[in-house]
Amino acid sequence: MSTDQTTIVLIGHGMVGQRFLEALAERGLTATHRVVVLCEEPRPAYDRVQLTSYFSGKTPDDLSMTDLAFIEEHGIELYVGDAAETVDRDARKVTARSGRVFDYDVLVLATGSYPFVPPVPGKDAAGCFVYRTIEDLLAIEEYAKTATTGAVVGGGLLGLEAAGALKGLGLTSHIVEFAPRLMPVQVDEGGGAALLRTIEDMGLSVHTGVGTQEIVVGPDGSVTGMKLSDGSELATDLVVFSAGVRPRDQLARDCGLAVGERGGIAVDEQCRTVTDPHVFAIGECALAADGRVYGLVAPGYEQAVTVAATLARDAAAFTGADLSTKLKLLGVDVASFGDAHGTAEDCLDVVYSDSRAGLYKKLVIGRDGTLLGGILVGDAEAYGTLKAFTGSVPPVPPESLVLPAGAGAPVQLGPSALPDDAVICSCHNVSKGTIRGAVTDHRCVTVPEVKKCTKAGTGCGSCVKVIGQLVTAELEASGVEVDKGLCGCFGQTREELYEIVLALRITSYQDLLDRYGREEARGGDGCEVCKPTVGSIIASLAPTIGASGYVLDGEQAALQDTNDHFLANLQKNGSYSVVPRIPGGEIAPEKLIVIGEIARDFRLYTKITGGQRIDMFGARVEQLPSIWARLVDAGFESGHAYGKSLRTVKSCVGQTWCRYGVQDSVRMAIDLELRYRGLRSPHKLKSAVSGCARECAEAQSKDFGVIATAAGWNLYVGGNGGATPRHADLLAQDLSDAELVRLIDRFLMFYIRTADRLERTSTWLERVPGGLDHVRDVVVHDSLGICDELEALMSAHVAGYRDEWAETIDDPEKLARFVSFVNAPDTPDPLVSFVPERDQIKPDLPLLSIGHRPLETLETLEGSAQR
Amino acid sequence: MTLAPETTDLRVRLRLTDGWFTACDLGTLFPGRGVAVLLPDGAQAALFRDRRGELYAIDNRDPFTGAAVLSRGLTGTHQGRPFVASPLLKQRFDLATGQCLDDESVRVTAYEVRATADVAG
Ligand code: SRM
Ligand SMILES: Cc1cc2nc3c(=O)[nH]c(=O)nc-3n(C[C@H](O)[C@H](O)[C@H](O)COP(=O)(O)OP(=O)(O)OC[C@H]3O[C@@H](n4cnc5c(N)ncnc54)[C@H](O)[C@@H]3O)c2cc1C
Ligand code: SF4
Ligand code: FES
Repeated sequence: MSTDQTTIVLIGHGMVGQRFLEALAERGLTATHRVVVLCEEPRPAYDRVQLTSYFSGKTPDDLSMTDLAFIEEHGIELYVGDAAETVDRDARKVTARSGRVFDYDVLVLATGSYPFVPPVPGKDAAGCFVYRTIEDLLAIEEYAKTATTGAVVGGGLLGLEAAGALKGLGLTSHIVEFAPRLMPVQVDEGGGAALLRTIEDMGLSVHTGVGTQEIVVGPDGSVTGMKLSDGSELATDLVVFSAGVRPRDQLARDCGLAVGERGGIAVDEQCRTVTDPHVFAIGECALAADGRVYGLVAPGYEQAVTVAATLARDAAAFTGADLSTKLKLLGVDVASFGDAHGTAEDCLDVVYSDSRAGLYKKLVIGRDGTLLGGILVGDAEAYGTLKAFTGSVPPVPPESLVLPAGAGAPVQLGPSALPDDAVICSCHNVSKGTIRGAVTDHRCVTVPEVKKCTKAGTGCGSCVKVIGQLVTAELEASGVEVDKGLCGCFGQTREELYEIVLALRITSYQDLLDRYGREEARGGDGCEVCKPTVGSIIASLAPTIGASGYVLDGEQAALQDTNDHFLANLQKNGSYSVVPRIPGGEIAPEKLIVIGEIARDFRLYTKITGGQRIDMFGARVEQLPSIWARLVDAGFESGHAYGKSLRTVKSCVGQTWCRYGVQDSVRMAIDLELRYRGLRSPHKLKSAVSGCARECAEAQSKDFGVIATAAGWNLYVGGNGGATPRHADLLAQDLSDAELVRLIDRFLMFYIRTADRLERTSTWLERVPGGLDHVRDVVVHDSLGICDELEALMSAHVAGYRDEWAETIDDPEKLARFVSFVNAPDTPDPLVSFVPERDQIKPDLPLLSIGHRPLETLETLEGSAQR
Repeated sequence: MTLAPETTDLRVRLRLTDGWFTACDLGTLFPGRGVAVLLPDGAQAALFRDRRGELYAIDNRDPFTGAAVLSRGLTGTHQGRPFVASPLLKQRFDLATGQCLDDESVRVTAYEVRATADVAG
């Protein structure tokens, strides 16, 4: 490594150290400087904030914050497991424990803190631990295997986390706190009381107002209990000290750098040590210019960025930070922000407290109505909004923000009311303006995109909800800054395009694009967003507007996503899966046997799906016609597993067999599945029918779900599984068969007409103005007078339905598209290959990463794929 | 060069390092949809025809997933330039240059294509 470059040596690769490296890279300094990192722990930087999640299943790898590719790419020399031992400031040399010596031009100390262990007798006995590193947790976990009781010294933030972890390990857990309440730093007496109750309800024993005097040690040298200041003794097998942290400033002291009275390396606003211009200190080891040592990660990140900026000769300063925190401690929301303890002169408290429910909310308000700070325990929903309003006079009475629903009409004050400079993400210091900018200027439309673009939400995650609201609000702030158009080709929404297609009976995508597309898109080839969307609209309306309902006909074929184009689901290696329809999940043995035979003959991987049917994976594109020829022959139809269309209507066995059933749920599920099969919609549609209120078919998690009652059927709508589950809402009760079908017809057609592209019924129901009530007015009470039309559209669909696989099998011209290569139709794609697993096959993924094998081996490959 | 009036008589050819390689009849290409072509060295090309009849060919292998599927993606026009979106994870590739529009650092091979009558060899 060349040494004529300026060398930056970083001591400590913790959270702040890693952020510093990223900040160096962001400013291009890793390219111009040699960067050396000494990392004492046996693993590179990891997420200490999420440490406790190790006990809920996160592995040390999951917690890692270090992408080794990043380290390599930026030429950073990272020495893991090697601590700095001495610093010679005159010679500007750092000597590591391994004996390595590094010259530096700039030295950055990011050595963090060490847990403070009170000097009580017995503190070093076997069974005594601290709670700071992954190694600590591994040791606690190991020791807990032989223990039954554990005690945590310290009832602060970390103490509660540690106590929760001990309980999770199956120990009876105690918390011993010297102060009269839990979390004395963050919450006040009232908050502490609410917290205490909830935590005791969880089965943890809390001892406040008592100190630990001695650790009692048994004859074998391990912990057996502790003596408390009130004279009592607590029997315990394991003790975790969590009585605060102290800056790790020994290295700095040893080399003569100034430290504060209570520790911490003294630095100025650029985080440069006050003693030596070549040395900086950041993170928990630093005593900031405002005289504080910050024990939170957000201020440390800000310091890291400040130093990187300073090294790049940009103006930057760290003058102090907000200590707001929001945590979920043992499942309880605890948040404090701003002047939480009301230290400002003349300030007033607004307090809402419900000890029974474990709720405590306090707002500190200045004389002029300015929100100064607050504490929330039990429900911190309003944290994001409140914190951002801190320092200003909120546009509504502050109490309305903390009162529970129902009490004095709480105001739904969204983050849209916040000023642009309000900080939304404190971990990365991202303002509302920056987030809005990500949406408006950088065209981010989803939270993940905004996270990637701004870093907001990538720390503790507590702001993600507010970010989501902001993105939505921004996208919805119609017309002005945000284009609501479907895509770069159309300025209209999906709903508007639907209306145009229906009213003008437009059956061609090109026609629609050339007449109604954006000026610059007319005459072009459209894009991957509008083509399938318009294809779907034309398909849903086909019989009514006089288009062919067959998705592979003419131009329609070019609009379909690959799945619809090959009537099968594309898998990761380019093979397809095949899912025949099994209405209601009911299948006769003969048909089961056919599926088994086909899967065996084509060597397909088979699996029972979550939708009560059977999926066969691993079909090559050129095999699809022969597989389907056999399926169609046996009476199977397409299951549309590939389409934005009806998937399955699941059923429970119902009245026919079940002792509780009150209606024939299987028959109804089959009827519904056959009625709506093939219906193209904005997103996929799922349904289920249960034979009684026990709900074995999970109908309430479906787009439309039906539950039998003694008097008929209840219809639920807007349910969803997936990443954001939603329980369906009851739309109507005790319906007859005919009433049920009529309502579903209307509901589905209204949804297809007005939803956005890829908007499930659940999100649609929450987005449409008026929500469920409006939808009920329209489809039950016909408030818009469109129900006849909706029903007519559905009858046309039902009458026009044809199985698209049967149609394809009969059409040689369409079948000709199902080939691997246009110039070698029967040669299998050499990249689609499989290896055995559990008596079946799975994709040969390593093959994908090496690319195609040389031609010489092709012959053998083909052979093996066909066998 | 004389073009035969019937498109069915035209053959689509790709330029490889050692000359023009005949892929298929022009008539088998459907506007807006691609086909895969197996090349002599075992590599694959994705061949497309847009609505104006222009022809394009790029490597068929999706560099993000390794699967040979680009020929099965949806095509479109982005700022006047033709592209295909991978059917797997939807990254878009400029059909004329092979440049990925969603990741500057990624580019796939683009081939020169022409449709000529058989005599042109
Ligand atoms: C095969 C199956 C898993 C299984 O082995 O059981 C499956 C597999 C896929 N699911 Fe699923 N889902 C399957 C049942 C479910 C269920 C359970 C159910 O239907 O009762 C759910 C939750 C219920 C729900 O949808 O509300 C489910 C929620 C999802 C979601 C999330 C949807 C959402 O609104 O959040 C996606 C993503 C999407 O559609 O955008 C998804 C997407 C997918 C895709 C299509 C992903 C993809 O694009 O490749 C998978 C392709 C399967 C294939 O290639 O054949 N799958 N998926 C199940 C097929 C059911 C069937 O017979 O058709
Ligand atoms: C269980 C737990 C929960 C927490 N929860 C939160 C939270 O919810 N929110 C929040 O903001 N903060 C939280 N914190 C605090 C947060 O983790 C710290 O503020 C943050 O890690 C500080 O970063 P740092 O880089 O300054 O120190 P550290 O992350 O401690 O890193 C310092 C590193 O330097 C190394 N080191 C020390 N001396 C040397 C040397 N001589 N040579 C080489 N290396 C050395 C250490 O081994 C260590 O790896 C929590 C902490 C813990 C332990
Ligand atoms: S939902 Fe009711 S009828 Fe259906 S299987 Fe369950 S208990 Fe039986
Ligand atoms: S506030 Fe922690 S990630 Fe945004």
